[in-house]
Amino acid sequence: MMRLPQFRYLAPGNVDEALGWKAEAGPEAMYLAGGTDLFPNMKRRHQTPGILISLRHVPELRGVRENGAVSIGAAEILSDVAAHARVRADYPALAHAVDSISTPILRNMGTIGGNALLDTRCTYYNQDLQWRKSVDFCMKRDGTVCWVAPASPRCWAVQSSDSVPVLVAIGAEVTLVSTGGERRIPIADLYRDDGIDYLTKRPDELLKEIHLPPADGWRAAYRKLRRRGAFDFPVLGVAAWARLSGAGVVEEARVVLGGVGSHPIQAESAREILLGNRLEPDLVRAAADACARSARPLDNTDFTLSWRKEMVRVMVARTLGDLVP
Amino acid sequence: MTESLLQILRRQQPEATAGKVLGVLRVNGEELAVAFAPHHTLLEVLREDVGLTGTKHGCELGECGTCTVLLDGRPVLSCLALALETLGHEITTVEGLATPAGLDPLQQAFAELGAAQCGYCTPGFLLAGKALLDAEPAPSRDRIREALAGNLCRCTGYLKIYEAVELAAQRMRGSPMLREPS
Ligand SMILES: Cc1cc2nc3c(=O)[nH]c(=O)nc-3n(C[C@H](O)[C@H](O)[C@H](O)COP(=O)(O)OP(=O)(O)OC[C@H]3O[C@@H](n4cnc5c(N)ncnc54)[C@H](O)[C@@H]3O)c2cc1C
Ligand code: SF4
Ligand code: FES
Ligand code: FES
Repeated sequence: MMRLPQFRYLAPGNVDEALGWKAEAGPEAMYLAGGTDLFPNMKRRHQTPGILISLRHVPELRGVRENGAVSIGAAEILSDVAAHARVRADYPALAHAVDSISTPILRNMGTIGGNALLDTRCTYYNQDLQWRKSVDFCMKRDGTVCWVAPASPRCWAVQSSDSVPVLVAIGAEVTLVSTGGERRIPIADLYRDDGIDYLTKRPDELLKEIHLPPADGWRAAYRKLRRRGAFDFPVLGVAAWARLSGAGVVEEARVVLGGVGSHPIQAESAREILLGNRLEPDLVRAAADACARSARPLDNTDFTLSWRKEMVRVMVARTLGDLVP
Repeated sequence: MTESLLQILRRQQPEATAGKVLGVLRVNGEELAVAFAPHHTLLEVLREDVGLTGTKHGCELGECGTCTVLLDGRPVLSCLALALETLGHEITTVEGLATPAGLDPLQQAFAELGAAQCGYCTPGFLLAGKALLDAEPAPSRDRIREALAGNLCRCTGYLKIYEAVELAAQRMRGSPMLREPS
């Protein structure tokens, strides 16, 4: 049996209690939601918190709130997010992305908040302790060097969440809370281009809610590249978002790439190409080429590097094609 | 059922429970008082503390589905669930499928159609299949494929498993042509 390291388990009944206990316990404690990212990481000794603060018994973090728009509690289970009638009707790209996470069984356990905060991934990191010890540890945990880019001063582990590219593309926001108070930021600002320090969220901050913008006529789509039709993390995830005029002219657009950098990459050059034009094949091709230039994947996930680069172009073109009414 | 945990606990020296928590697990309709280490997964506790070894351990990292059990009727991975967090919830393992009247229709269909070869993946498939049929009595082949997408099998090639789920579904709906051989 591959055992979890020992920890103390705390089960707060509300957000204030969770925040208070986290403030008291300090860096030794981590929040536990579904555990589908944290437990494999703990079993492989990537993360070894001495205290787990479980969010399972915190009702404020559950459920989908519907006002003009929709807000999703961070600890809402992935299956429930994807099955929610309003999410399916108004945010089909998000429902599709969540439906593509791992397997239906895992989605009965994992949460949307855990998905947004998922640890970055790398073939030299997501291995058990013995494997990592035998090649010698890398700088993301216990070592000093990066095995993917040994001359590099930083870690290039990859942002691998399926929901994040969509949430960034549609302009979702998040509420973060701590004993110091509450702040609401665009979810795009939650991420940092660093494989180790990949979040701007402070460790003591709890992700409380994810706010989706009103579904007022924009369109969005998501496509995922992976080896198998289930289980696998995205090797590439493409989210596209656009507001089209009645004549089909792009008024606003965003293309976001997951799986090819330490943070979700917003392809600014593609946006500039799309604005003011109709989504016709030549334009889509030019935007896809621009995305392929802005994605600089390294050789630290499944598939060969050159094919992954080429697939950025192909997948972006297909995803933009999905936006055409 | 094996010796109840309460009985096992009564046999044990008090110091044998040091460092463990005592909780009541609801497994297959029975309430079991179990002493277990708080950092142990439901998989470990079921196999090692309760003695129910029908639930298999494969990858232990969420990558294979052989450890699948039902938690309040929903399939979950017991290798990634803390036993502590399942207290008070209804757990169904493969040992809970058959009744005194006989095998569950899914088990019967798996046996008849050769949907189990080495059998290591079978408990997981049975439970994922049961959750599906409880919710949808007449699932399409695509729905079955999707519902079982979290369970890997290295022997059967999946086809016989899909056919067995379909046969069980037909029998459970009471189609007279498909009754079990007597
Ligand atoms: C085999 C396998 C395949 C997978 N495939 C995919 C895939 O295809 N796509 C994908 O996107 N993911 C995949 N995952 C990763 C993971 O299962 C999901 O991302 C899931 O949504 C994580 O949610 P969780 O609730 O289980 O997170 P947890 O493991 O509980 O937590 C993840 C991290 O977030 C922190 N955290 C969680 N909630 C909060 C909160 N509210 N506030 C502050 N911190 C919090 C935790 O401390 C931890 O650091 C896979 C995992 C496995 C094991
Ligand atoms: S990118 Fe480099 S430092 Fe980061 S996890 Fe991979 S090998 Fe380690
Ligand atoms: S043992 Fe749990 S998923 Fe493989
Ligand atoms: S029957 Fe052998 S793994 Fe499925």
